[in-house]
Amino acid sequence: MARATSTKSKVRDVQASAITEAMARLCISANTDLPDDVLQALKQAREKEESPGAQHVLSIIIENAQIARDQSVPLCQDTGTTLVFVDLGQDAHIVGGSLDEAIQAGVRKGYNEGYLRKSIAKDPFTSRTNTGDNTPAMVHTEIVPGDKVKLTVLPKGGGCENMSKLAMLRPADGRKGLVDFVVQSVEAAGGNPCPPVIVGVGVGGSADRAVLLAKRAIMRQPVGQHSPDPETAKLEAELLEKVNALGIGPQAWGGRTTALAVHVETFPTHITSLPVAVNIQCHSARQKSVVI
Amino acid sequence: MANTLLDLTAPLTTEVLTKLHAGDHVTITGVIYTARDAAHKRLVEALNQGKPLPFDIRGQIIYYVGPTPPKPGQVIGSAGPTTSYRMDPYTPPLLEAGLKGIIGKAGRGPAVREALVKNKAVYFGAVGGAGALLAKYIKSAEVIAYEDLGTEAVRRLTVEKFPVIVVNDTYGGDALQEGKAKWRQPEVLAR
Repeated sequence: MARATSTKSKVRDVQASAITEAMARLCISANTDLPDDVLQALKQAREKEESPGAQHVLSIIIENAQIARDQSVPLCQDTGTTLVFVDLGQDAHIVGGSLDEAIQAGVRKGYNEGYLRKSIAKDPFTSRTNTGDNTPAMVHTEIVPGDKVKLTVLPKGGGCENMSKLAMLRPADGRKGLVDFVVQSVEAAGGNPCPPVIVGVGVGGSADRAVLLAKRAIMRQPVGQHSPDPETAKLEAELLEKVNALGIGPQAWGGRTTALAVHVETFPTHITSLPVAVNIQCHSARQKSVVI
Repeated sequence: MANTLLDLTAPLTTEVLTKLHAGDHVTITGVIYTARDAAHKRLVEALNQGKPLPFDIRGQIIYYVGPTPPKPGQVIGSAGPTTSYRMDPYTPPLLEAGLKGIIGKAGRGPAVREALVKNKAVYFGAVGGAGALLAKYIKSAEVIAYEDLGTEAVRRLTVEKFPVIVVNDTYGGDALQEGKAKWRQPEVLAR
């Protein structure tokens, strides 16, 4: 069988300095400009809310987003741990410096020029001295087809990140065990993650993969978009209904809107395992991407 | 919706604090002090060592906040509340020392709630994540202690009609527990 031969293989050079510049801009815009789909979801939640107190909180959150965007100031004082997701095209070639250093330099620049808070402690269990520039960013890199470099910045607040949970369930615990664990995790979190939240659930994989799936799940856009798999979509709908039946509400002051959405991502897993990870995103669901 | 008939100014008296009930929307005007994790550790250490605190705490209000750096022309950067439970271990001694008001986000543990009732102090909640909006109510900001802590330094702020809700009152009332009980749907959870 004839094998298609490619033309001379094309590898595209991408300057490290371009990555630094893009990162700096993303850090600033991610912290000041709430994504439109999240703003829409908050407005819809306010329409549907039955508690006047909860509607009041949602109005404050919506007004805050408008101030932040208009005046280019941070939505929240916790400008977060800088999570960075890189989709690196396998035909892209980084030149002029190391990819990781280019990313860290961009975070340093953005957090300095954008008047963002520096919230990273160097030694987690000893002195906990602030690193002073919000580095190191937490970088995840995936190699993908093509020659582009896609950068996604997700400033992740400590309040919601501290509510992350992982359970290695038994297969016998099943779907019910999964549902109970997710609902209990959201209940235990209460007001700490700044509801209304976006709940990310990772099911399957290894322990580390499940946690990453949960993080990817909170990044799904537009917020509330269901999984393409019908069984997973049904699970998402049931989880959202139950989480909102907890009555926690916006800022845990009581109401119908504890979560704007629940997104579930799954992956094959060991025959003995049922890993379930929960990652919670606050209502300041900040995320910005650019393709270089 | 906010019933802001009551505007509070420190030092807070028992007479004023006992008028408040969980769920009340009130505002705060005047001086408040900022402190969070690292500063609380130092404040309690000072109390334990019999050393003076950086400010007279009696009747005062502490706001749990670590603001972003101010842009040129700004009094303060974005300044919403941080999650309060992290300060729980340090709170009862500060209440015993005379602290009367705390502004934070989300719930407190049982020891803090008991200490609030015992010392007739109130825990207020501000809207978490509304950092840009809440900064507008802050009219001045000055670092008065622990400058090396940067965003976590103790600052003296003056605020004007800073909006909060009474989360825990002097009677044991709890707006978070009451809100959840009112809106919970056990029949849905049981399905």
